[in-house]
Amino acid sequence: MVRCARCVPSLVSLSRGSPARPSAEQAVTTWPEAPYPVLVVDRHGGLVRVNEAARLLLPGAARGDRLHERVPSWLSQAHRRIGDGSCGPSAGTSAGRINDRFFEAHPTPAGEGDIVWWLVDDTDRRLAETALSDSRTRTDVLSESSSALLSTLNVPRCMEMAASMAAEHLAEAAVLVAPAQGRRHPVTSALKGGPVDRTTRKVNVAEVPGLSEALQGFPPVPARWINPADIPGWVVPEGFAGPVGSVIVTPLPGHGVPAGALILLRSSTEQAFTEGEEVFARLFAARAGAALSAARLYTEQASITATLMHELLPPTLRSVHGVEYAGGYRASRDHERVGGDFYDVHPGTGPAEETLVVLGDVAGKGLDAAVLTGKIRNTLHALLPLAEDHVRVLELLNGALLTSHHTRFATLVLASVRRRAHRVHLRLTSAGHMPPLIVRADGTVEEAATRGTLVGALPQVTAHTVRTVLAPGETCLLYTDGITEARGGPLGDELFGERRLRRALAECVGMPAEAVVERVQMLAAQWIGAGRHDDMALVAFNARRNGSLTVVNGDGDRGRDE
Amino acid sequence: MDHSIEPTALVRRLWRAVVDADEYAAADIVHTALAAGMDEEALLLEVIAPVQETVGVEWAADRISVAQEHAATAINERIVASLAHRRGGGPRPARRGRVTVSCVDGEWHAFPARLLAEVLSLRGWRVDYLGAQTPAPHMVAHLHLTDPDAILLSGSIPTHLPAAHAAITACQAIGVPVLVGGRAFGPGGRWARRLGADRWAADAREAAATLEAGVPRPAPSTARQAVDDLPHLADQEYTLVVQSRPRLVKQTLVELEDRFPGMREYGDEQRERTAEDLAHIVGFLATALYVDDPDLFTAFLLWTADILEARHVPAHSLVAALDVLADELHDFPRARRLTRLGTSALGERSPISVPGPGVRT
Repeated sequence: MVRCARCVPSLVSLSRGSPARPSAEQAVTTWPEAPYPVLVVDRHGGLVRVNEAARLLLPGAARGDRLHERVPSWLSQAHRRIGDGSCGPSAGTSAGRINDRFFEAHPTPAGEGDIVWWLVDDTDRRLAETALSDSRTRTDVLSESSSALLSTLNVPRCMEMAASMAAEHLAEAAVLVAPAQGRRHPVTSALKGGPVDRTTRKVNVAEVPGLSEALQGFPPVPARWINPADIPGWVVPEGFAGPVGSVIVTPLPGHGVPAGALILLRSSTEQAFTEGEEVFARLFAARAGAALSAARLYTEQASITATLMHELLPPTLRSVHGVEYAGGYRASRDHERVGGDFYDVHPGTGPAEETLVVLGDVAGKGLDAAVLTGKIRNTLHALLPLAEDHVRVLELLNGALLTSHHTRFATLVLASVRRRAHRVHLRLTSAGHMPPLIVRADGTVEEAATRGTLVGALPQVTAHTVRTVLAPGETCLLYTDGITEARGGPLGDELFGERRLRRALAECVGMPAEAVVERVQMLAAQWIGAGRHDDMALVAFNARRNGSLTVVNGDGDRGRDE
Repeated sequence: MDHSIEPTALVRRLWRAVVDADEYAAADIVHTALAAGMDEEALLLEVIAPVQETVGVEWAADRISVAQEHAATAINERIVASLAHRRGGGPRPARRGRVTVSCVDGEWHAFPARLLAEVLSLRGWRVDYLGAQTPAPHMVAHLHLTDPDAILLSGSIPTHLPAAHAAITACQAIGVPVLVGGRAFGPGGRWARRLGADRWAADAREAAATLEAGVPRPAPSTARQAVDDLPHLADQEYTLVVQSRPRLVKQTLVELEDRFPGMREYGDEQRERTAEDLAHIVGFLATALYVDDPDLFTAFLLWTADILEARHVPAHSLVAALDVLADELHDFPRARRLTRLGTSALGERSPISVPGPGVRT
């Protein structure tokens, strides 16, 4: 209303006969040259006068014509509403389209029931507003889809999201075709507001105009070149409303190679895709393609890492020849699964043969150290036939490490284990490593009296092997210094230390090996809290009083390594 | 009813076997019941779960040793594993979707999560069980690779709630709905809602029913930070208490020795135990500040008082510790209120409320 009052010249907003103000007759003489189209219409809907600008707008309109035959219904109806009194002449403007322009029509009374209609061309403002609102909507859609697409690194899920968002914002249905895996293409299709369907099937991409080009990374074929009737049935999702009316096929650009192609469908009852929409579809496809490529790259890397890592992961331990083994591992960096500590249990060929247990620590941490642990583990595996003589094994390992390009050294413990009746016979050798701790049945904790030099540093190694026996309920623990050197505790800066480890072990008489490992790991973890720590590894073994459930066979970790 | 599959009797017999660390007897009881036609889910939830619960209760009441507690838990775990093994570890046709079961980072009590994983597996879900000590980055990486229908997070100790919160938001940020359960989330799951979990379940059966009803995926773009769910964190009390925890413990220890000269006679080990108790108190205080619920703190204090009295340590030492802590925390209004409420709760408690043995007859 404010705008109306401002833009209507005051000289016509008055009724006839008001002596103090100019009359409508006077007005009539001034407006024929007005730059706006002006129509004077009588109360019955007959055109009284038409100015020059109005004649240009409504060619052929002349005095005496019926208004509703000359102008669109929005204007003639607005006039009728004033005429029949349902709406006063001051009720304000109407607006609508005349030909391809957009007008605001402002009525003012001109005496004897005549109404002067001032038509203000509003086309450009309308266009600007629509463009602005469209661009805002598109920015919102792009930003929403970017953050949604970036949230997942799972390829099928990423395709699902891209298809469902495309269907939601760009079309009635969207079909995402990924590059072939073998001879089949993963096809993800979504209906607006409907479910997403994911299949992998043999499809002939050449059937869809522009699809094979898009999958090869060629620029998109303009939508107007694609005949909707050529779209094969497999593209159209189940439940799509009616025949296809218009189609966009656009590539999803990837990291140098296409990440797939996006097909957008609209039914024939809807408006066909505009050029602006095609451009927008390309913007969307660029984002979807980038996200999809990132997800694919991640998946490939993760699978390569898992394969390479598999050999370096600590093994799952189980019962071997009447002796129960349990191991625990925690890498120094929580996001890594391997580090410089390692352990292995190499079962003897039969119950009468010794089983060799190895636990050690390579200088350094992280992946570099882990790679060397892999070498040491492989070398020791090869030296198994010589395990009768621990010192000989250490000498050979030392030689192998000295001749390799690694400059790191390692400390380790070897334990040869054999069960005879209810007792477990051990040979233990430390090579520069913390000696094993033995929990006796009376709760005392002994340190095995083995000493030796580390391997991989000096040309000669010396080591001393000790023999001992575990009675039922007694446990032998091999561990790395990550546990005793764990820093933390209630006061924040103390070492966990061997004293606390021994005190904890003293409570472990008669416990299953895995419970001993869990107990020590738990105490160390609680000691550290959220603080930094080194790699930590430990292996415990003992003979169970009642034997053990052979049926379990270490299967308790099912699924952990998936 | 066949006596060999009557749950109460089975609980009694299994409890005796595990507390004696008699693995064979325990396995025999369970597998015989199964052979006699007992439903496997009922065996897991109505026999093995109550036995495991008794282990915790008996430890709290100082009626079994740490060694017995660990041994009993280890045996229970093996029995569950042997049941899974008997079913066959190979891929079975999963009639329902795929889910991940994990413990909250830092949580060592994996048994409830393990039982849940087995129950869901029995009901036809494809379950990836990540177990205890799964750092959040591993969990998220696993979710990216497997894209499960939901993740189920188990937590037993409330001090892991901030870690649980981080895990919940991380999972939801990648579009995986989170169902939580376990004692850590408080009575009726009150803290689960506060941390923005999609669902909370009281037990394994409720969790299964919730999954069967379907849990919608969270909108992936609604990534949020801790302070979005818990605006009170902006007052920094939680942050400052966590950061100054070692110093708080040290000062409280010194101050207690000043006020109670008897404490100066403590040996190293006794002094360390006291320091550990204080560290726990500060840990729970910080968690109560995190979720902004005094009940979390008072419930812990009352439980600790029972634990201490079961071990013949007078519970009034807790009140003295709170008193000193309140002085140290004079700049923290929320923390001071917690210590005040804790002190009055300790004053009103009736001695010894650790539940009795129940199954030991």
